[in-house]
Amino acid sequence: MGEFKVHRVRFFDYMPSGIRALAFNQDTERMAVARMDGSVEVFHCSDRFFQEKIIPGREQFGIEGLSWVGERLFSAGLNGGITEYDLTNQKVKYTIDAYGGPIWTIAGNQQGTHLAVGCEDGTVKLFEVNEDNIQFERNLDRQKSRIVSLSWHPSGSKIAAGMMDMIQVFNVETGHSMHRMLADRGVGTSRSKECVVWSVVYLSDGTIITGDSVGMVKLWDDQTGTLIKSHNVTKCDVLALSVSQNEDSLVAGTSEGIVVQFQFVSMVLGKDDKEWVRTRTFRNHTHDIRAVAEITTAVVSGGMDAQLVVRPLLDKIEERSAASALRKIHFPHRRLVACARKSGLMLFQYPGHLELWRLGESEGKGIPGSSLFVKRNPEKLLHLKVKGEDHIRCSAVSPCGEWIVYSTASTLRLYRLHCDNNNISITKISKLPKVLSSANQLCFSSDSSHLFSASAQSSVHLVSISQSGCKFVGTLKPKSGSHQAIHLLAASEDGKWVASANSDHEVHIYNLQTRKAHCTVPIYSSAVTAMGIHPATNCLFMMHADQQMFEYSIEQKQYTDWSRTVQRKGLHRLWVERDTPCLNVMFNPQNPSHVILHDMYMLCIIDQSLPLPDDKTQFYNQLTLKSLTEEQRKSHSHAFKVCKTFKDILCVELMPDQSLVVVERPLEDIATQLPAPIKQKKFAT
Amino acid sequence: MLYIYIYIYIYNIVRCGGSKVNLRPPIISTDSRFLLCASGDLVKVYSTRTEEWLHSLQGHTNQVTGIALNPANHLQVYSCSVDGTVKLWDFIDGILIKVQLVLTHFLTLFGLCVSACPECFQLVAVHLPKSAEQEVEAKEMSVVSSHISSNPSCTAFGRGGEYIAFARHLQLNVYFFRKQKTCSFSLKATDKKGAKNAFTCIACHPTDDCIATGHEDGKIRLWRNFIHKKEYTYSTQHWHHNAVNTLCFTPEGTHLLSGGIESVLVQWQYGAGNRKEFLPRLGGSILHISVSSDGQLFCTSHSDNKITVIESSFKVCGVIQGLVKDGVLTDLMIDPRSKALVLNGKPGHLQFYSLLRDKHLYNLDIVQQEYIYEAGLDQFEVVKAAFDIKGSWLATVEERGQKSSDLEFFLKLWAFDERTQSFVLNTTITAAHTDRIISMCFSSSKETTMLVTIAEDGQFKAWCQGADADTQQDQNFWSCDFVGSYHNLKPTNCSFSADSSLLAVSFQEVITIWSPETWEMLTTLCQPPGVIRDLCFGRLSCSKYLLGTTTRNLLCCWNLLTCALEWSSSVEVSKLQPDPLSENVAAFSYQSKHTDVFVFKPSEPRPLFTNKNVCSEKVHRAVFVPREEPLNNCDESSQWLNRSQLYFLTQNMDLLTFSTATEEDRILSSSKQLVIDDSVAVTPFYLLLGKHGQQQQKLNTQSHPALLHTPAHVLPAASVLCSMFVNSLLISNTGVQEEMDSEKEEEDSEEEMEACDSQQELRVQGSVDEVTLKLSKAQERELKRVRKTDFSWMAGLIDSKP
Repeated sequence: MGEFKVHRVRFFDYMPSGIRALAFNQDTERMAVARMDGSVEVFHCSDRFFQEKIIPGREQFGIEGLSWVGERLFSAGLNGGITEYDLTNQKVKYTIDAYGGPIWTIAGNQQGTHLAVGCEDGTVKLFEVNEDNIQFERNLDRQKSRIVSLSWHPSGSKIAAGMMDMIQVFNVETGHSMHRMLADRGVGTSRSKECVVWSVVYLSDGTIITGDSVGMVKLWDDQTGTLIKSHNVTKCDVLALSVSQNEDSLVAGTSEGIVVQFQFVSMVLGKDDKEWVRTRTFRNHTHDIRAVAEITTAVVSGGMDAQLVVRPLLDKIEERSAASALRKIHFPHRRLVACARKSGLMLFQYPGHLELWRLGESEGKGIPGSSLFVKRNPEKLLHLKVKGEDHIRCSAVSPCGEWIVYSTASTLRLYRLHCDNNNISITKISKLPKVLSSANQLCFSSDSSHLFSASAQSSVHLVSISQSGCKFVGTLKPKSGSHQAIHLLAASEDGKWVASANSDHEVHIYNLQTRKAHCTVPIYSSAVTAMGIHPATNCLFMMHADQQMFEYSIEQKQYTDWSRTVQRKGLHRLWVERDTPCLNVMFNPQNPSHVILHDMYMLCIIDQSLPLPDDKTQFYNQLTLKSLTEEQRKSHSHAFKVCKTFKDILCVELMPDQSLVVVERPLEDIATQLPAPIKQKKFAT
Repeated sequence: MLYIYIYIYIYNIVRCGGSKVNLRPPIISTDSRFLLCASGDLVKVYSTRTEEWLHSLQGHTNQVTGIALNPANHLQVYSCSVDGTVKLWDFIDGILIKVQLVLTHFLTLFGLCVSACPECFQLVAVHLPKSAEQEVEAKEMSVVSSHISSNPSCTAFGRGGEYIAFARHLQLNVYFFRKQKTCSFSLKATDKKGAKNAFTCIACHPTDDCIATGHEDGKIRLWRNFIHKKEYTYSTQHWHHNAVNTLCFTPEGTHLLSGGIESVLVQWQYGAGNRKEFLPRLGGSILHISVSSDGQLFCTSHSDNKITVIESSFKVCGVIQGLVKDGVLTDLMIDPRSKALVLNGKPGHLQFYSLLRDKHLYNLDIVQQEYIYEAGLDQFEVVKAAFDIKGSWLATVEERGQKSSDLEFFLKLWAFDERTQSFVLNTTITAAHTDRIISMCFSSSKETTMLVTIAEDGQFKAWCQGADADTQQDQNFWSCDFVGSYHNLKPTNCSFSADSSLLAVSFQEVITIWSPETWEMLTTLCQPPGVIRDLCFGRLSCSKYLLGTTTRNLLCCWNLLTCALEWSSSVEVSKLQPDPLSENVAAFSYQSKHTDVFVFKPSEPRPLFTNKNVCSEKVHRAVFVPREEPLNNCDESSQWLNRSQLYFLTQNMDLLTFSTATEEDRILSSSKQLVIDDSVAVTPFYLLLGKHGQQQQKLNTQSHPALLHTPAHVLPAASVLCSMFVNSLLISNTGVQEEMDSEKEEEDSEEEMEACDSQQELRVQGSVDEVTLKLSKAQERELKRVRKTDFSWMAGLIDSKP
């Protein structure tokens, strides 16, 4: 595997933001996630929950609700506006004000014709969904207290609204209230504390299910407006409810961090009298669960502890596979760290600012596994705040360390770093070409002479940068294909090629000399999570969300023999079952047959000269190899060398001096910075 | 003749009472008045209201392993036994109706079909053929499953008997009778949090398709939708911190009851999540729960051989306590006052158990600390106890920390308080010795009481009452009188002679004889090799002899007058027990995997009585229980049983005894008690009044039982009714005639009585629903006695009639 000096970086204080809302689109199998900082992410549920799209948030832009209408995504928040997102270009399309004060909830009907929002002023406002915008239609009967939750009857003719202390059922036609159901404040709690109906679900058979701050899940009949049954789920609040598509299962998320499942089962087998029965309990969260969603085969939940938990429902899964394992998504599936390889600088991307650090230096050599004495401490060179309210979408630092670039939804800024001894100063490059107004992804060429900026229509703008300024060189456009935003760029070492990958799984390769599209890699069913161009052979190495790997020879426009062998022999079961995507592909110039990969839990070196493991061989064989003699080692070793020394890895980068930079963000550190969870009595404490 | 009497040998080794009542869940009769439980080879019938033992269903020849009400007739009960029979009883009258021979060992019995389990534990359905004959052989057997747990609570019938659920280890199986299909579901052995998921018990909801399972880590899972292989679902509830021993649904299915080692009965509301009620501090860990068919009564069986009857309002209304035999550390003792058997009972208690009535009398709290029902705790336990000869003093030793190195123990002396009729703590000695006490004994003289304790620290101490001069109080406390030792050897046993003039203390291989008056060592006796194990002095005419057993299989007898070995015999004796009322000494010898009993007099080496192969386990505890009235058995070999009876406890905790033929008869006759009037519970008052009632019914058909049942305020004036009432009580002439007849009958032979019994049995079996009952001999005798005695007052009544 080789020996590396490792910079173990733990000073990137990245804090993921808590999850506020979830919306699942059954048809496209996409899960939209809204976070506390106003960002919206789209996960592809059938592609191992790969984070396809990230729409960064803004300051003071809290989202309270998300709703899909067809393939369009809407959100509403406490700033009183309804926002539609442009998912192709991964940005906000427009925001219109609902004029009802802060909006607490948003719900679209199944027909896709209307959106309903619940406002602070007690109105439920109906918006008509038009081709390219939404239009206010009318208000339903105004209530005294704020509307906290909304749910459409699947027929679209009735709406149930959860409020303070009560639930109202509206007829959409007339706009009048049909029933008013009082949620009692519960025993043991103070009378003055009102009961908030946090969540409501309207079933097609006319049952209304509510979750409230008293900790009850209640079932109501909308014909009579009476309580059918109530389940005491918790002592604190039931914050979120979600029902499965076929309405036989319901999940409730509580502020204790537990998800309770209810199932609609027949009490006597073979007969039809079904009842909602509390069945399973999932405890995967430590903090409030703010949103749950039951998708076809799993329960997805997210909350204050900022992790998205995908808990598979084993009874719905045809066969157990890697795709059906419990999945916890802590970090974004994007690189937040950029590394200036030649100058030893690290650029950390926070939502609202950038930090530039210089790596430390160590002394001498140690035995493997030991830690070296740090001669020079790492130092923070720069703290660059973003102008404006938008959060950073992407950023990059040039390999020479001279240039820093970042882009928000509205602006792109390029800075030049002056570094003489201990005086650090930056100058903003003004007069950027007009095409550089905003970028989806940024990348420098290896000699730092060019900047690649991915923008709308899957195009890549090529800008040359120099001391004198920057100059637009040209635009690289794919010959055909979709216009989805590019999320990955990779430039070759020799400056001849650049590859781009977009969220429709297309990988285009451009020839920089002709500035034309060179070829398109055959489209694979899973998204590209990381790619890199080999410096010696100019082969494009791609990692996909389903853990498959491909090597594509750019010059020959075909997959390499090694790649074909991998596909023919298949990958080891343990490799395929890993649940986090690979986030970086690196090559070791010293040893051209080595490819270095990493995901959140491990670092892996693939030696392309060694045989591939089959399902019978021991996959994690480092310890076994250590105990063998040199001779035996050869027969036992295989191509995958996995190192699990590091955990919670955000980024791994190979420096030219054969040292590795490993940026870790231990989950325990994140947990300590979260607000204190609700205190629970634990047995025997 | 079909009624099975056990053929009685002249000495029969019998299990004498005190058998487990907690082996299988008890059942409550449909009218909630009787409680039936399997106990040894009997089925005992108790009254739920008075907790009184009414009678027992006798007839199985081995352990009864299951009882179930006959679903077709709620007055009948099926029982099955290891002897391979299923019997059907009328439990109110205690009559055997039918015997089914199924030649397998039954483990237990369930509602509709029978589960029989040979060595490999199979679940089989036995078709019980319908036939008029009394003894039928059931041949049709079909194996439902051979993968069942040996624990019968892991099997349960589902709604209306449509399916049966059974679990083993980590797998739950549901067998649907109609489809003949088994669905099985398995859990992982452990999860990440270390939960132990093995199944421990199962219960099925009576109306819904819901199976409740208990698990080793205390979780309760409610399974639903188990008809599907994949879409099954379960919910988990967790309160118990240790394995759930038993689960039971109430008949309406509104509640689920669970119990475990915590000895807390938990009532879960069905379908309402974790709303639950608790009934704590019930005693030993709960083993079984059963519910009456109207849901008004629950009863729980506990590990300390106890059945608690609980009202549905969660109030304990009765306790049926059997003899606690688990964890017996003390010797078997007889309380000289109550003649009750005394041994370890509840943790930290001594129990007093009447062997005559087979009834638990009371518990004496020795440790006086709350016992925590949790596995793995080291708590104080009574390890030694001794009574003085009059029964006015009781000495106890409690200790804790046998397993760990730091041993704690207390010696306590208890005085009998005449006023409260119980033992009161007199003295607690915290550091009686520096190491644990091996043995202790009271001196047997009537005048002075003295206690001698020997301990592993090499000393023996004599304790006397009030010897300490500086305690200026009314009460006399115990204090140490003498400390003795012999060459720093570890003492092994001690014994006082019958007149308390000598004390023998054995130190390893040496026996030292001391005079308790002067504390002078008189002599030493030694018969190496072998450490002395048991010591006892001869009684009465043999008081000059001292008997000792050694670890090297030697039984020695010394003559104390000559200080010489009188005789010795090479026999491995595990327990030597002298009879306090005679010269006899019983020796239990364990050889080649069975125990033999010898009874001998020290003066003559030839044993009076030998019984080979009494049981297959070692016997370490035995006691002679003095009889209330001596038998006058002339048979030479049974004479030793005339004055007292020998009880012994095997290692399997079976309490066995020797009984003679005459006793057996008495037991049989007493068990055939009068048929109880259904409407009245058995109370002492009832026994008095009930006889009158019966007599009225039997003798005078014109009697008016309605008179006694009608409230007084709706009746006409007493003067109007009096003559009619008294007339109904008068004895007619025919009654006198009967009396004469029955007197003659009394002289009839034993054989005839048996024949008579069997006749009656046959008749009853022929037509069960026949109401009129012919009186058995015993009943008639009883009746006669009643008639003879108390009618003089009637004459007075008639005279005073206006």
